[in-house]
Amino acid sequence: MSRERLLNGALLLALILIPAWALYADEPFTITLATRAVIFALAAVGLNIALGLGGLVSLGHAVFFGIGGYAMGILASHAQSYTPLIEWPFVIEGTKSMPVIWLVAIVASSGAALLIGLLSLRTSGVYFIMITLAFGQMMYFFAISWPAYGGEDGLSIYVRNGFPGLNTLDPIQFYGLCLALLCLVLAVNARLMRSPFGLALDAARQVPERVRAVGLDPRRLQLVALVISGAITGLAGALFADLNRFVSPTMLSWQMSGEIMVFVIIGGVARLFGPVAGAGIYVLLEHLLGGVSEYWQIFLGLVLLIVVLFGKGGVVGMIGGRRRDG
Amino acid sequence: MADPILATHGLSKAFGALQASDAISLDLRAGEIHAVIGPNGAGKSTLIAQICGALAPDAGLVEFLGRDVTRESTQARAARGLARTFQTSALAMEDTVLQNALLGALGASGRPWRFFSRATQDAALRDRAEAALEAVGLADLSELRTAELSHGQRRQLEVAVALTLEPKAFVMDEPMAGLGQEGSKRLTGFLDGLRVQAPILLVEHDMDAVFALADRISVLVYGKVIATGSVAEIRRDPLVRDAYLGDDA
Repeated sequence: MSRERLLNGALLLALILIPAWALYADEPFTITLATRAVIFALAAVGLNIALGLGGLVSLGHAVFFGIGGYAMGILASHAQSYTPLIEWPFVIEGTKSMPVIWLVAIVASSGAALLIGLLSLRTSGVYFIMITLAFGQMMYFFAISWPAYGGEDGLSIYVRNGFPGLNTLDPIQFYGLCLALLCLVLAVNARLMRSPFGLALDAARQVPERVRAVGLDPRRLQLVALVISGAITGLAGALFADLNRFVSPTMLSWQMSGEIMVFVIIGGVARLFGPVAGAGIYVLLEHLLGGVSEYWQIFLGLVLLIVVLFGKGGVVGMIGGRRRDG
Repeated sequence: MADPILATHGLSKAFGALQASDAISLDLRAGEIHAVIGPNGAGKSTLIAQICGALAPDAGLVEFLGRDVTRESTQARAARGLARTFQTSALAMEDTVLQNALLGALGASGRPWRFFSRATQDAALRDRAEAALEAVGLADLSELRTAELSHGQRRQLEVAVALTLEPKAFVMDEPMAGLGQEGSKRLTGFLDGLRVQAPILLVEHDMDAVFALADRISVLVYGKVIATGSVAEIRRDPLVRDAYLGDDA
């Protein structure tokens, strides 16, 4: 078994054992921290499909994260105030059901990814980065100027949304739900990386002229990757908003996009468990150093610097060695 | 005479004041190797880029299998069966040799939208890719990372990827570039047999290879075809000797 697989196994084990210990030791805050890490990891797994496999340096992934968050916030706020979302031409009510909210978050964020991709994939390199950033800022200021849903102050919901058969108010049950989704998405991603689509997408990142020369369209491949990526990050956004029972324009900010990218880079670009490692390290540093100094991100910058300079494959690459596919 | 598989009619392209292609008309017929030679800067790569769809001509037509494909994209032309190799290897260096060949097979299948099956375990793709690697002599290196191949092996892989498309015509941009004498000789022998499968438009600087392989040669100078003919005709053409080959040819 390769070192990377062993590392992946260890990370997965940590995601099970740490909350199990926290439950045993009655440390619900640790479970909340672990939930935060798992949700960030999910968002970063989404970005990793676009960035790692597709080579799309998107600085606008907060759009999808925020859309997922607002899908939760809007639907839940209408449900809690017993006011329909729209009344004409037909009535659509809000909902407190997580599966419905997830579906709406996935559809809305993948739709946004399709639209953004259709426009931004006409460009590449720094122009692509700028266009995705511009879309992010547009959505951010749109959310700020939307008083019906809290504007700058954001939107709170009183009670976490429900999932059939679970008590989502119990931190460990909500954590289990988030972890199950992360595992599902990781399994899908693992298949995707080895699939014919993954092979073509990876080649489109490395040598687009070769992909065209064999009769495939690299832009279409990248567009589909961006849509899948947006859908996953949107789902993470809905969970994040549910974790905090709050959504605000901050979820759409370029800083959020940067943070999701930092998770991927620290953990390992194009590595299956890279986003998991990256999000875990981020939350750990935030928790441990955040108590020492409010400027804890200086240390995060240091970690990022070390990883970028000395470990091209991120932490997973440094420990797990060179990437192996096939 | 049978219709040509591939033809250009009055193909012209200018970059500012530089006329890179000047009303180029040439064709490629079934079973032949048609070499395009000329000094550096003659416009050979520009010609290939227009034929393969990477560059739009200012004027003129590209016909492939009797159809005007001038406005079609590179991928559309490839899907019709026009395979190319690149002057500088365009391979996915992080991937294995097999994965590069599988990419070609995947392009030929026209079915990249499969998200859950495993590319390396798709029997149809694998058979096609392995047959191409076998043909160029890279079968034993299929699990090696492409970055670890020698220059000559990368040139062979370029040809293998083109082979996986099972094309109707090949366009090869300096396949011998950087190969040693032995490598060049081996590839010459291979291309000689390949013409039966599909005709080859060959841009090449290695004159030994060109003279050994070509049924016809077109000579390009300053974007213009100054002569087209058999090897013997081109060798004794005073204009060609003066512009490119010199007196030793």
